[in-house]
Amino acid sequence: MITKPIHTKLLYGFILLAALLLPLYAPDPYMFQVIIMSLIFAIAVLAMNLIIGFTGQASLAHAAFFGFGAYGVAIMTKAGISFWLALPAAASISALLGLVIGPPALRTRGSYFAIVTLAFGVIVWIVAGNWVQVTGGHNGIFGIPRPTPIPIPFLGEIEFFEQTAQYYLVLAFLLLTLFIMHRLVYSVFGLTFMAIRNNEPLADAVGINTFTTKLIAFVTANFFAGLAGGLYVAIIGAVSPSVASHMLTFNFLIFLILGGMATLTGPVVGAFAIPILMEWLQELGHFRMLFFGVLLIVTIIYFPRGLVGGIRQLNQKIADWRQTKS
Amino acid sequence: MLAVKYLSKQFEGLVAVKELNFDIQEGEILAIIGPNGAGKSTVFNLLTGTLKPTAGKVFIHDEDITGLKPYQIVKKGVARTFQTTSLFDQLRVIDNMLIGCKWRTRLGFWNTLFHTPGWKSQHDQAVQSALETLDFLGLADKALAFIPTLSQEEQKRLAIGVALVSKPKLLLLDEPTGGLIREETERIAQFIKSVREQGTTVCIIEHKMQMIMGMADRILVLNYGQKIAEGSPDDIKSNQAVIEAYLGGEAHA
Repeated sequence: MITKPIHTKLLYGFILLAALLLPLYAPDPYMFQVIIMSLIFAIAVLAMNLIIGFTGQASLAHAAFFGFGAYGVAIMTKAGISFWLALPAAASISALLGLVIGPPALRTRGSYFAIVTLAFGVIVWIVAGNWVQVTGGHNGIFGIPRPTPIPIPFLGEIEFFEQTAQYYLVLAFLLLTLFIMHRLVYSVFGLTFMAIRNNEPLADAVGINTFTTKLIAFVTANFFAGLAGGLYVAIIGAVSPSVASHMLTFNFLIFLILGGMATLTGPVVGAFAIPILMEWLQELGHFRMLFFGVLLIVTIIYFPRGLVGGIRQLNQKIADWRQTKS
Repeated sequence: MLAVKYLSKQFEGLVAVKELNFDIQEGEILAIIGPNGAGKSTVFNLLTGTLKPTAGKVFIHDEDITGLKPYQIVKKGVARTFQTTSLFDQLRVIDNMLIGCKWRTRLGFWNTLFHTPGWKSQHDQAVQSALETLDFLGLADKALAFIPTLSQEEQKRLAIGVALVSKPKLLLLDEPTGGLIREETERIAQFIKSVREQGTTVCIIEHKMQMIMGMADRILVLNYGQKIAEGSPDDIKSNQAVIEAYLGGEAHA
């Protein structure tokens, strides 16, 4: 519905090209791994953006659903099920659990919803750490097989032992997520999410079933959180309760806020830029958290729409300035 | 078309509306007036499902709609505006309109996700009716504007438009001209008359007597949650109970 100006399209095209060629210029295997993880987190943060950024419901159980996906794929692939079946199955389980948790949780509003979902997340984390028979307790599950190779006629097959193949796998899922989010959000249907965030009583008064709409946003967000979790374990090859911990939720939240809420580029920028920035600031040790703390406060006060929102503001100011000059 | 029977609402100890009976006739403009705190807005909230009545029933075309949720009542053809101008102020004008007509479409999750065959035509139709309504509101050139850039009057107009875009049979307006100056009030009054001419029944809460007397077919007067008078503007002007309760000198002004 919003047609983007040509230079924005060119920029996105350039970024896509840069992403597709990234394995050619990735500095070293360690940094490459950080980038692959960033892309997985980007999927999770995009999902979080749907429920928090667009629908305005602060779900703090996001890592729990990431964890459902992660443990789902870990348990299923260990049991011999193909990764290509386990991944959608795990994401669907995550969505289904969202459908179970959603109705009672969405009876609460605002900060109460945040507290309820946070509590649920903590419960999931505790269960993951203690249900030894299923989750392996605090040690987690090891030796999770890599994604099953994809056979290609005449050419052999694509295996996922190499970082390059893993990178393209994750990139493909990120692009798919972006495509679906774009479709959902920039539509009349997507407007109903923003309507609820903006003015729930009015949304109700103009015929929007606010409860169902919130539930759809919640379940969809949980599906993609589960998807990201599933990809994560297949790349890492191990899972422990930390993937379902509320600490991870807050990491996602920081990526989302710094990147820019309620935009599609924000979550990707946040999930990509922050971990890389973290690596660069490695030598500061624990002091880097101080830096992020300050950054977060400054962002929330001066750029409530995050980095992407800030750039847009700047863009607008430059455009206005040009107009007054001419 | 709409019938209210023995409607009552009690908040804790306070009786906000007490055994209220009235009808709204198809095609008329019915005004509800009364002093501050008379329960006018509460009546609207009871009609539209925002509040649940303590007792009594609301019927539309003989169908009992008491206790339905607001979004369900909209689907029965009853749209409303709020006393304080209520819009989706983070979004553009056209987005506000599209949200208003969403419930009439089948632009749900799956259709949007898969862009099903019907999706495109449904979408175009929604945009079409949004633009038509904007034209009717006189806001066609503001379609892409953001809400805070609109004037007070334009915002009030748009708020009515958001309710009107789904083509309701009955439109409930809660003080549509509150806070506007005289010229703006006259324009809005003219606009409301044209809404009625298009075949929408209108029920309006207002404080501005001059405007109401010139516009309403019938007037209902509330005081302390009870109906104290009902009739044509001329009846109301000369009604002793009304003058005592509310109009005072204003009636002759």
